Parts: sequence; C-alpha cells; structure tokens
Amino acid sequence: MYLLNRIQRHRVNYTWMIVSLLLVASLPFLLFLGLYLKSFLLIHDYHLGDLLFSKVWKPGSGKFGFYPFIVGSIWVTLLAMLISAPICLLTAIYVTQYTRKRFLRIMHPAIDILAGIPSVVYGVWGILVIVPFISRFVGPLFGVQTLGYSILAAALVLSVMVIPFILNILIEVFRTIPVELKEASLSLGATQWQTVKSVLVKKALPGIIAAYGFGLARAFGETMAVLMVVGNVVKLPKSVFDPGYTLPALIANNYGEMLSIPKYESALMFAALILLAVSLFFNLVMHFFIDRYNKFSA
Amino acid sequence: MEPTTKIHIENLNVYAGKQQILKNINIEIPKNKITVILGPSGCGKTTLLKCMNRLTDLYPELKVTGKVMINDKNVLEAGEDIVKLRQYMGLLSQRPYPLPMTIYNNIAFGLKLKGVKKRRNLHKQVVRYLQQANLWDEVKNRLREPASRLSIGQQQRLCLARGLAVNPEIILADEPTSALDPISSQYIEEKFVELKNDYTIVLVTHVLRQARRIADFVVFMYLGEVIEQGTVEEVFGNPKMEKTKQYLGGTFN
Amino acid sequence: MKYSGKIEEKVFKILMVIATYSILAVLAIIIYSIFAKGIKALSWEILSQVPQGGYYYGKGGGILNAILGSLSLAFGATLLAFIVGLPVALYINVFLVRRKKLITLFRFILDLVWGIPSIVYGAFGFSMMILLGLQTSLLAGMLTVTLFILPIMIRSMDEILQTVPIGLSEATYSLGANKSELAFKIFTRQTVSGIITAILLSFGRAIGDAASVLFTAGYTDNLPNSLMEPVATLPLSIFFQLSSPVPAVQDRAYASALVLTLIILLVSLFSRGLGKRYHKTKINF
Repeated sequence: MYLLNRIQRHRVNYTWMIVSLLLVASLPFLLFLGLYLKSFLLIHDYHLGDLLFSKVWKPGSGKFGFYPFIVGSIWVTLLAMLISAPICLLTAIYVTQYTRKRFLRIMHPAIDILAGIPSVVYGVWGILVIVPFISRFVGPLFGVQTLGYSILAAALVLSVMVIPFILNILIEVFRTIPVELKEASLSLGATQWQTVKSVLVKKALPGIIAAYGFGLARAFGETMAVLMVVGNVVKLPKSVFDPGYTLPALIANNYGEMLSIPKYESALMFAALILLAVSLFFNLVMHFFIDRYNKFSA
Repeated sequence: MEPTTKIHIENLNVYAGKQQILKNINIEIPKNKITVILGPSGCGKTTLLKCMNRLTDLYPELKVTGKVMINDKNVLEAGEDIVKLRQYMGLLSQRPYPLPMTIYNNIAFGLKLKGVKKRRNLHKQVVRYLQQANLWDEVKNRLREPASRLSIGQQQRLCLARGLAVNPEIILADEPTSALDPISSQYIEEKFVELKNDYTIVLVTHVLRQARRIADFVVFMYLGEVIEQGTVEEVFGNPKMEKTKQYLGGTFN
Repeated sequence: MKYSGKIEEKVFKILMVIATYSILAVLAIIIYSIFAKGIKALSWEILSQVPQGGYYYGKGGGILNAILGSLSLAFGATLLAFIVGLPVALYINVFLVRRKKLITLFRFILDLVWGIPSIVYGAFGFSMMILLGLQTSLLAGMLTVTLFILPIMIRSMDEILQTVPIGLSEATYSLGANKSELAFKIFTRQTVSGIITAILLSFGRAIGDAASVLFTAGYTDNLPNSLMEPVATLPLSIFFQLSSPVPAVQDRAYASALVLTLIILLVSLFSRGLGKRYHKTKINF
C-alpha cells in the first residue's frame, strides 16, 4: 500500500516535471508563432523590404516604415556599446589581475545592485542627471543646442545598464583562464602588463567577443529607460544630439492607440517580432561561437 | 565447508568513452564474509563496487556490460527494480555524505522509504541503529540537530547506522576509513568483523594492513583486471601471480 | 623599448583604475540622485493612500494602489514561476544526469529565452490576452511576468543544483530512494538557501519590470481586489506621474522611484544575508 503510494507520488512528480519542461522548452517557439500570426496581416499586405527600409511612418494613412526606428535602435545600441565595452574590459582586467581578491568582494555587490536597479529607475536617473548634463554641458561644449532628450542620453543610460551584464561575463572569463598560463608567461620574463596584453587578452578574446555580443542583444531590446530619455521623434537622427525613436519604445508608447487604427496592432507586433528575431539571432550566434571555440581549445 | 556465493559477477566490462576501465571481471563474493577488493588507486576498484548497486547510472560517460547477479537477479538489467534492489546493499563511501536533514531523520529517511510509518516504531528503530553504530550516547541529546554538525568520524558512523537501518544483506564499503582518524577507523574495522555474522561485506581498500587484518577473501586488481582472488591466506601467504607478489612486497605503487 | 612598455603599462593602469572607480561612482550617483530627489516628496500620505480625485493634477493621495499592486503581481508571478520552474531545474539535474546532450540543449533554450527583451513578452502576453478574450488584469499581468522571469528562476536554481555532490546522490540511492525522492527531498533541502536566493532574484525582476506589464496589467487608482481587474504597478506609476507636466506630480514620481529602489535593495540585501548564512550551515564536503 505504502509502496504504491510512493510510485504514485513519483508519477505525479514526473508528470509535473515533464509538463513544466515542455512549457518552458516551447516558449521561444510559442513567442515566435504568436507574434508572427499577429503581424501576419501586415507582412501579408506589404513587402518586407518596404517595411524595413521605408522612412515614412503614418499609421493613420496606412504607411508603416520601420526604418527610423531600426536606425534609432542601432544608433543607441552601438553608441552604448562603444562607451561600455572599453570600460568593462579595463575594469575586468583590473579587478582580476591587479587587485586582491578582497576587492572583488566590493565589486560584486556593486555589480549586483547595478543589475538589480529597475529599468524605470534608470530612466528617472537619466531624466534627473543625464538629460540636464547633456543640454547644459555636453551640448554647449560641442556648440549644439539640445534639449538633452537625445540618442546620446539614451546611449549613456543604456551603457550603464549593460555594464553589470557584460562585466559579470568578462570577470568570469578572466577568472577561468588557468593560472599556469600566466605563470608561464611571467617566468619567461614578461612583465605583468605584457602578460595581460599578449597572453591573457588573446586567450580571452572569444569570451570577450561573446560578452559584447550578449550585451549588444540585451541593449537592443531595452525599453523603458531608453523610452524615457531618447526623445521619441520619428525622424532619422543626424547627430547623437538629435532625438530619436527605438523599436521597443515604439511598441511601448503606442499600445493605447493601436486598437483604433487598422493594422496598427499588427505593426507593433511586427516590431516585437523584429526584436525577438534579433535577440534570438544574436544569442544563437554567440552560443555557437563559444561552442566552436570550446571545442577547439579543449 | 564451501561458503555460498552472495554476489556473482560474470564478464563485467566497463567503458568510459573509448577507454576500458574494467576488463572481463569474473568474481564470486561469498556470503557472510568480508571480501576485500585490493589494488593501487586508479585500478577500477571503486567502479567495480559501484557496478554492484548500479550507481554507475550517475556517470554519463560509463557504459557497463555483463552480469552482476544478486539473489538471482541481474542488477544491470533490473530496470526500475533497481530502486528496490539497492536496499539490499548499504553503502559506506570514502567521505561521509550525511543527508541534509536532522540526525534523527538521517536514520528515519530510509526506514520511511521501507514503509515504517508508526512514530513509535520509527523511534525505536532509530535508537536501535544508532546504538548499533555506537553513536547513540553521543547524539541522544541532539537528535534534532542537523547532521552536518557532527564530526567526520561521527558522520561516518551515522552513515553506517543509516545504511544498516534499511536492513540490507550486503554492505558495500569504499575506503570508508580513508578520511577518518585512527580511533574512528579502528572502530569501523571492528564493527565490520562483528557485522559479518549477519551481512556480506565488500570492502574496497588500498591499505594492505587493513586488508590483512579483517579480510576473509581478497580480490587483487590491477589496471582494470582481476589478477588474483582467493582466501586471505592464499593471496597473502602464497601469491601465485608476479604482480600480486610485487604489490604485497611493496615494490610498486 | 622597455621604457615605452613601462609608460604604456602606467597609462593603462590609470585607465583601468578610472574605469573601475567610474563604475562605482556612477552607482553612487544613481543611488544618491534617486534618494536625494525622492526623499523630499516622500511622505506617509504617499505610502498609505490611493490617488484621490485630481491626484494627477497635484491634488492629494498616494501610491498605495501601485505598491500593493506591484507586490501582489510580483508575488503571484514568482509563485507561479516557482511552481513551473523548480521541477524543470530538478528534472535537468536529477533525471537527465546521463543525457549530457539534452542537458546542454535545455540550458541553451533557457539562455535563449532569458535573453528575450521583456517588451516582447509584453507584446506576446497582450496578443494572448486578446486571443483568450481577457481584459487587462492582474491575472494577465501575472501570467506575462511569469513567462518573463521563468528562465531567470530556472537557470539560477539550475546553477545551485549543480553544486550538489554526486556522493550525496549515491548515498540517497543506496538507501532505496527513487529519482523524484532524490530530487524533491534531498536536492531541494541541500540547496534550500540557494533556491530562496533564486526566488528573491526573480521577485526583484518581477517587481521592477514595466515593459511586460504595460499592455497586460493595465492601471487603476483602486487597490488590487480581483484577479480579473486591472492593477496598478510601481514602475508604471513612476512612468505616468513623470509624464505629467505638474511639478508636484513629478516629485511624487521621484518618491515612487525611491520606494521601488528601496524594495529592490531590501530584497537584494535579504538574499545577500541569506547567502552568508547559507555558507555557514550548508553541509560542506
């Protein structure tokens, strides 16, 4: 009797596990399918190339050109990566090679807090600090009149947001490099810096690239903080001081009106589909990249 | 009098990827005796022991073929029955692994799995097995403390008590004294000699003196093969194989 | 030659120090500006009342609706994610030990799902809502956030379950336990503080995310009272108040941001304290 109960309990647990697993494993496909079906109306009626590369965005008259949003997203993302990539690399090298272990114990909570701060709070900080900083200081410095709500502001906020993400991976990458490698280089008479430059960074290069790739994918989909400081003007930006608009911001800003205009909902779902595709693509490529690299180095 | 065979191993081969770590093992382990599996480290002793209760399942790289017969059942082909079969065999590993629960529940866990339900009965048995492992006096006032607070020696005795509590017929011990202090080690050895009246004991060790002290039968292994097996007198007194002589003479490690 | 190498090292070392401390400085600036600006507008009234008539033009009231709304939404989502996530993490680590390729595949899928932006979950949740004929509601928001935090929950649990020593599995199997007993009775107990840390981490993510609840949870001035009614959330209340032209309302947005930040800090502080204690009482091998 008791044994039967044990077996029954095992069966219940097993079913619970399998059902949950299937749900989770099918999630990316469900997301893709759901968004695809929802944006089908738009994809069906328009040429894909027109959607992606037309500059005219007038939902009221049925014109859906995503180009300004795509360009805005790319500008903001690349600029943010340009700022945070060197900072993260320098910091990762510093805390793993030049400081004692104790320093990591200060660094780790700081990274965790940075990672935990909600997107909206980053947005608030952007409005409080970054936007005025740009309109009052950086803009005049370059002789530009700007309100501060700009590509640059979004990139700056975003660069801080991806730091914990990239830095965590980089620290891990540098810590997993075997000490023997370092010792071998040092014993050949290389200085600490020569070792870092020509041995460690070379060895860590695939990891560094992967960290940047993951960071980029993360930055591309960031919504609220960017939305709050980027200015949200549908226009191709000419400089980093111009306001812009990003794909996530487009979705978030217009959910209220989307049901009243035909195909508007489809258009926003299409934007979400682009984001999903970009995210999956980057993560896939980076995973295969790491995989290949691990196989070669093993 | 010829002792009856408890465990019968036939043509056992174990592969880890392309490497073969056990080669055509054929041994018989007699009932109610202490059989010591002896050999230098890395010779496959532990793997052989893990084949007996199919803990090899936990290692994705291992592939096992052959027969391990216990009570006329092939452990390797037991399917899901292995869960029951494992209760015939108590395990004592190199380092104690107490379950992440109280001292009391470490013993009660196996009892409950066996179907002991009544509280009173449970308590009685917990006390009995703790006494049997000579641990009762030390822990009777701290039964609700986590088992992790015990010393290593105490933890190993707790693991022995826990293993005995599921009422096995066989005790599989994998260098159970290697992490212990001399006094705890001596206790475990004495306990084994006492327990062999009721249990069949398989002990893996690389300590020659320990083997000589408590073994009835000895299986000498080297590089995944059984070189020689027999009674302790035969193997230690008059080894037939050159490798065995060398090992016993201490000329190789 | 050697001399220039030394200068190069010096320059880079200075750059490294600057980079490292600038990160710490930025963190300090963020915390400081949120506190300095938020504390001025923070009052008992804001914490204890729902918006009164004309609240968004500067009249009285507070954000209790958003605080309680966010807490209940995050609690519900975390609970659901735990119910779905724990068995998945256990399955991967106990049932699949012999299937290395499957383990790699599932971890890969989870990492993929982890990387998907929350706005995509929001859009997906919204389209599902329409499909099922649901209104924006606590339930819809909760389900969407559950999907969003699931990979975070599972992967963090997975990381901690991987630390369970194989000897413990061997010991448990030898006592005659089956796989699900090993999973639910031993693995969970051995890693209990790690699991709680994973839960707290997911809770923090759930309460801080705005993009996934924007379409699905809706917004209301009422306290949460039903799964089928819209619910206010803190991130959205910050966002909405901040878009108001009235300075007094903007100030309350800053106060709300402070409240949200405090909740997040508290959660992470709690999980950190737990982590320390965890090292003291866990069974060491």
